[in-house]
Amino acid sequence: MKVLWRYVLLVMLACMTHGASAAAPAPGETAPPLALLDAHGELVSLEQLRGRVVYVDFWASWCGPCKRSFPWMNDLQRRYHARGLTIIGVNVDKRRGDADRFLQQVPSTFTIVFDAAGVTPNDWGVRGMPSSYLIDPQGRVAMVETGFLDERKAAIEARIQKLLDAN
Amino acid sequence: MPRVAVRGILARRLVVFLLASSLAACATYAPPQAWEKGDLAKPAMQFDPDPLAAKLEQHVYTSKEATTGGYGVGGGGCGCN
Repeated sequence: MKVLWRYVLLVMLACMTHGASAAAPAPGETAPPLALLDAHGELVSLEQLRGRVVYVDFWASWCGPCKRSFPWMNDLQRRYHARGLTIIGVNVDKRRGDADRFLQQVPSTFTIVFDAAGVTPNDWGVRGMPSSYLIDPQGRVAMVETGFLDERKAAIEARIQKLLDAN
Repeated sequence: MPRVAVRGILARRLVVFLLASSLAACATYAPPQAWEKGDLAKPAMQFDPDPLAAKLEQHVYTSKEATTGGYGVGGGGCGCN
């Protein structure tokens, strides 16, 4: 009987702790770790990119605004990469094929990494799709954006420019 | 009361308690996270997979069933509004 009780307690505990995700890092805090593989199997980590301004974007193939955000991010990459901006698109699709189909339709010129397990979005406290985080050269979060809104583009770009100028 | 009967009652109570407590535990399940909604976003998961067909169907239904309430729009059953 004791074994049964222990089992019941375990099940209840497991149910309660399930789904507990980290809070999104507040601006000024050090960004949570990010180390994922790209399409070529090469490791991309935030740590390698210290000294650069990094724009981390969590996206999924089934998310409409993500599709709209890609041309804009390609444009940012083209204009600011040489000045020290790196864009990382973190794909959170469970099936890799879905992501590949999306990328055929909406090609990206920036780095794409894959996290089918959803560990990184959990650590980063992603609340919506897409979610973006602007990371300063010291590895601190400068800006958190949930969703992709046309009226926020200018503010994000201005912040990127400011960080690049200060760097 | 015979011992066996008492044991039976206790066992039944335990089963009820276990069922109740397991229900309570699962009530804490969180809704899917933002990155887990891929399957929910599929067209097959919508209430109306085909919006145009749904609209036509609703129009006909409203016209034909307006007298019984329908979708709250008036109409005499002619199908012309």
